[in-house]
Amino acid sequence: MNKYLKIAAAAVACATVLGVGGLMADPINETLTIDGQEMVSRTKAPEGHPFDEVYSGWLFRTEETRALQTDTFNNPAMLGVEVGEAIWNTVDGKEGKSCASCHGDAAESMKGIGASYPKWDKDANRPINIELQINKCRENNMGAEPYPFDKGGQKELTAYIKHQSLGTPVKIDLSQGELQSWWDKGKELYYTRNGQLNLACSNCHEDLMGKMIRADHLSQGQINGFPTYRLKSGGLVSVHNRFRGCIRDVRASFPKAFSDELMALEVYVTWRGTGLSVETPGVRQ
Amino acid sequence: MRASLHSAVAGLGLAIAIASGATAAEVAPADVKFTEDNTVEASLTGTPGDPAKGREVFADRRLGNCLACHANTDMKDQLFHGDVGPSLDGVASRWNEVQLRAILVDSKKVFTDATVMPGFYTLNVGINVREESVGKTIISAQDVEDVVAYLATLKE
Repeated sequence: MNKYLKIAAAAVACATVLGVGGLMADPINETLTIDGQEMVSRTKAPEGHPFDEVYSGWLFRTEETRALQTDTFNNPAMLGVEVGEAIWNTVDGKEGKSCASCHGDAAESMKGIGASYPKWDKDANRPINIELQINKCRENNMGAEPYPFDKGGQKELTAYIKHQSLGTPVKIDLSQGELQSWWDKGKELYYTRNGQLNLACSNCHEDLMGKMIRADHLSQGQINGFPTYRLKSGGLVSVHNRFRGCIRDVRASFPKAFSDELMALEVYVTWRGTGLSVETPGVRQ
Repeated sequence: MRASLHSAVAGLGLAIAIASGATAAEVAPADVKFTEDNTVEASLTGTPGDPAKGREVFADRRLGNCLACHANTDMKDQLFHGDVGPSLDGVASRWNEVQLRAILVDSKKVFTDATVMPGFYTLNVGINVREESVGKTIISAQDVEDVVAYLATLKE
């Protein structure tokens, strides 16, 4: 080892010690309760996971932001969820049906459903998430146009459906169809360096989890609160929008929403949050 | 090369230098020479770095954006310094200029591929670079020299 490398190694070691010692590096040790219902916001990671424990992004946010999620009355995203409820009950398309025409009361028919997506879609021969499931239903059963990405109520209806699983631990079944191979592909993408800034998802959300990038406390990048309310943009943000935003931030060209790449990533990242409660709609910075 | 072509090339170089504000001696990203000791000995431009400009590049979110990852007491008027990398207080007492230049140009050559620090004057980057950044470095050769000059002022 040459002398400069030795100095470098010493500096890195020193920084590591300081980083681990800093209290700010840790997610908060609190339990998230929403309207008195306890959420699983910290739990043992599934087998094969790089972390021992998985943490909800809620644990990394400021006290003020965290407080917004503990009471649905204060949660600014609930307005969007209410819009979603109205859509659920509104007739649309040539068949004269609403979601409720077939599925009735979402509180019963959709309970727990959002915690097990993405699923394998035999017809499309690829994974399907809530957004695509809504579109499939609209086209096949309602005679309605599919929603364009993030438009027409897609975020609100997705949030409403996932909200029916509030508290249910995330668990996807990778034995369905070829879901495992999509998980493999998603994992590969997760660890691939992208863009001019040359960063992979894993760099920030695994290697640097708990560190600060300016005022942003790096979380594990869990998606159990999506669609989530972002104070930065003042509205609901979908998972694929957030994926694209992260990829854009490292100065890479970003794939289309619901593309094979982002569906594979959703399968893999959802698995990384196995056991965490669905928090939809979460509130983040 | 014939003498006339020589002067034509030199003239073109000068014209480009005047147009872009760079010098004809600017080293292209792929031509930056790293020594065995992980240093870059020669200036990338031949123009001495300006510490005041370097301080601006350091802070500019579209250029160095160094505060994203590093704390720097010299900029304590700005809130929220990152802690991904080490604090840069006294950095010039730990690294000399030829080492700092190497780290800025391509930190992966100094710290191995495992580092998360981007290389600021290299085309050795990630896949799927966005269209407007293809073939471009994060900052210019002169920006590197200016930031090196600024960092050299941060002594213990």
